Amino acid sequence: MSTFQLEIQLVATVVAAACALPGTFLVLRRMAMMSDAISHAILPGIVVGFFLTGNLSSPLLILGGAAAGLLTVVLVEWIRKTNRVREDAAIGLVFSSLFAVGVILIARFARDIHLDTDAVLLGELAFVPFDRLILAGRDLGPQALYAMGMAGILCLGFILLFYKELKLATFDRALCATLGFLPGILHYALMGLISMTAVAAFDAVGSILVVALMVGPPVSAYLITNRFGYMILYSVALGMTASIAGYWIAHLLDASIAGCMAVMVGVQFAVLFCIAPEQGVLAAWKRRRHQKWQFAIKMLVIHLLQHEATPEADRECRMDHLQDHMAWEAAFAEGVVSRAVSQNFLNTVGEYLELTTEGRELAREAIIHT
Amino acid sequence: MEQLLNDYTLRTVTLGTAILGAVSGALGTFAVLRRQSLLGDAVSHAALPGIGLAFILTGSKASLVLMVGAGLAGWFATAIVLLITAGTRVKYDSALGLVLSVFFGAGLVVLTYIQRYPNANQAGLDSFLFGQAASLIVADVITMTILGGVALAALLLFWKEFKVLAFDPEFAHSLVLPVRWLDIGLTTLLVVAIVIGLQTVGVVLMSAMIIAPATAARQWTDHLGVMTLVSMVTGALCGVGGALLSTSISNLPTGPTIVVCATGFVVISMLFAPLRGIIWQRIRRTVQNRELRSESVLLDLFELARTHDDLTYPHMEPALRVIHPQRGTLYRQLRRLQGKGLVQMHQNGAWALTPDGVRVCDQLRKDRIG
Amino acid sequence: MNAVEVRDLTVAYRESPVLWDIDLDVAPGVLMAIVGPNGAGKTTLIKAILGLLKPAAGQIRILGKPYRRVASLMGYVPQRGTVDWDFPTSVLDVVLMGLYGRIGWVRRPGRSERREAMEALEKVEMTGLAHRQIRQLSGGQQQRVFLARALVQDARVYLMDEPLQGVDATTERAIIDILHSLRSSGKTVLAVHHDLQTVSSYFDEVLLLNVRRIASGPVSKVFTDTNLRLTYGGRIAIIKGAP
Repeated sequence: MSTFQLEIQLVATVVAAACALPGTFLVLRRMAMMSDAISHAILPGIVVGFFLTGNLSSPLLILGGAAAGLLTVVLVEWIRKTNRVREDAAIGLVFSSLFAVGVILIARFARDIHLDTDAVLLGELAFVPFDRLILAGRDLGPQALYAMGMAGILCLGFILLFYKELKLATFDRALCATLGFLPGILHYALMGLISMTAVAAFDAVGSILVVALMVGPPVSAYLITNRFGYMILYSVALGMTASIAGYWIAHLLDASIAGCMAVMVGVQFAVLFCIAPEQGVLAAWKRRRHQKWQFAIKMLVIHLLQHEATPEADRECRMDHLQDHMAWEAAFAEGVVSRAVSQNFLNTVGEYLELTTEGRELAREAIIHT
Repeated sequence: MEQLLNDYTLRTVTLGTAILGAVSGALGTFAVLRRQSLLGDAVSHAALPGIGLAFILTGSKASLVLMVGAGLAGWFATAIVLLITAGTRVKYDSALGLVLSVFFGAGLVVLTYIQRYPNANQAGLDSFLFGQAASLIVADVITMTILGGVALAALLLFWKEFKVLAFDPEFAHSLVLPVRWLDIGLTTLLVVAIVIGLQTVGVVLMSAMIIAPATAARQWTDHLGVMTLVSMVTGALCGVGGALLSTSISNLPTGPTIVVCATGFVVISMLFAPLRGIIWQRIRRTVQNRELRSESVLLDLFELARTHDDLTYPHMEPALRVIHPQRGTLYRQLRRLQGKGLVQMHQNGAWALTPDGVRVCDQLRKDRIG
Repeated sequence: MNAVEVRDLTVAYRESPVLWDIDLDVAPGVLMAIVGPNGAGKTTLIKAILGLLKPAAGQIRILGKPYRRVASLMGYVPQRGTVDWDFPTSVLDVVLMGLYGRIGWVRRPGRSERREAMEALEKVEMTGLAHRQIRQLSGGQQQRVFLARALVQDARVYLMDEPLQGVDATTERAIIDILHSLRSSGKTVLAVHHDLQTVSSYFDEVLLLNVRRIASGPVSKVFTDTNLRLTYGGRIAIIKGAP
């Protein structure tokens, strides 16, 4: 592996980690689409910053982009408050208009320079190592690494510093406000961080992949843990592995690195969607199968409890009556009875079904706990 | 205008943009009302791999082929969003963000893969990113017209079913309408509307064409049919306006220009529409407040007079001070009421209700109580 | 033949049962209140009877037939909060929706349908507001519109989810009058109801529900303190006659 490749992977993993950190909050606060909006809307900010400085790697660009990102958040909020347009429509309107303005600006005034829209939208990781940070004649490595590193450290610092406030604001905004933690300010700070991360990342991976890395890993992590702290950790880990895997697949296919990383994010999700221990489709299917029987057994014992020692018990508590009464197929009824017998909830006396003490206990418990 | 009539290419392009505006305006109405604004964004981004794959599979760049590919991919993406939200606890917005970015990433991979084809110059496919109205040829416009026509015809044919589906899906179900199929049908029509516009406006900005005309139209009317028509006309106007503007000014890309036009319509509508415009509402509220203030002065006068037997009993200024401490405000209100013939000033400077004023007071009191 | 017949109905949402083993018989021409605490499954029961939810077990018969065959004989008044009142449509339009099932595909509502809708609006005293946008209505007026929409369905069995929730006193009176006139023309009404004070004056029968059926039958017999305590006493439901 050459230094060149190593550097690309290093940048990719740092981008992934920096995106996954604030992304977790977006996903939990049901604002995932804000990442889409912000990552598109930073374009005019970058363009204006570029016009002002004439330099694509100026820190002013980051400020300009972050300002445009915040502008999006403010505009969406403002439109929503007029009560004339719903939030989802407002998001779609604001970011597409800002993006359109950005594209027009580039097309009109910045035709011949490196800043073209494809670059913003798609990014090109392969070019990252060419842009080096050189201080006092010494080559310190790719510039993007430092930009992303800074963004990542800022996100991490913010999260560590305000961990409990953020957690509170995410799960119980009202309580957070009554405790005097200013959820509004936290919200804007978070959005500012997201804008900044998106700007820092666009050059390397493009704005669409920013969305993939902000939303994808946290969503996957959401499938495998119920705990907030772990969700952040897993998101970062998933994002980093997806970016390394994406890099090598791109290498293999000779295709877009950013694209392959996004696809890997998708693959991760697809795999976890199937096999996640609690949330996964397989687990749900197994649980449902198991549950179906347990549920049926409970219904059976309750039915028997209600009718035992009543005059119609002879009729109600019979095997063949179940098909009628519960609308169970014969085979299913037999399955339920044999499972109930093996779990020692009832005895069969010929066709007659008789509850055991455990069965009665289960029935009463089921009734009370529902 | 003369240019429009003479220039064959321009005529083709303008016709194409008008059609895409009208169709996306019509289907956008339902998307916005059903809170699917951002689904449009996901579908249009997700169309990218479909376009690439359609090209790889057929080797054709005919717009119908590419549109079918885009449509299938967009439709597939919608299905995955539904699958994710139904199968796990992942929320709608996260599912949208994930699917959007992963599909787009896959699209990039496919496009970069195609780039390496010996015989494929990629330019044709590249235009799908930001759209390239200039690349529209007559055959494209014919395809757009046919697809759009079919979509609009279907919308018209199942108008009342779609309407009740959008307003109250559960009630639609109780009418024994096949709600699930209607839902799939309407979403498919939305996909068709998006696909029609991709070549012209591009995958990134297409969602604006779904949201903006409908949002603008909503401000002008409270009738679904009228709203749909206004939205179609708005969409078509944006299309034509954008196409004309971008031909008359150099380096003005068509897609973004159309989007900026559409945003302009939204802003104007939100401010000035007589029904819901913010400006009109401000004015109405000011008038209403003034009305309320003079009503309350009138009623206070009535209360004062009630302490005497005569309801038209005149009061001198010191007594009136009870009503309002500020002399200027009080006299302005009294003059207004005098102008309406509800109060009169006696020669000694005392104010009294007229018989008309008493009648109005009686009515007001009844209204307020009952 | 009973208007509504529910046998061993169990409905589960994900892990937990929302309704458990419900039996219910409602004779034709009966006004029945469904009463129970929040989360007792009242709305779920209505939706299950309407076929909007798939039960985990049990059967439901309407007028002796399974739901799908008699769906057009059922009228539905959903909770007001379930729809977007900012939807661009008028009062008359909403009422006309009640006829969409009968009109059939492709056809548009014509003059006779409009007349029918106006008649329904007259019954709820809303003719003057027929062309109003629905956003401009008060809570009581919205409820009347929903009722009118159900009336044009011309159903035999009506299911109403909190028809009296948040309405003014006049509207409440008007709605009850309509329910009574429905009863006198032989229709059956099941309505979720919150106000325990008015159950006995408004309804003939009552179903006390808390996940399980606590009791059901004529108000005078069933609506007792003991049963109410069983229904509302904490979240615990106990079946009668359990040893």
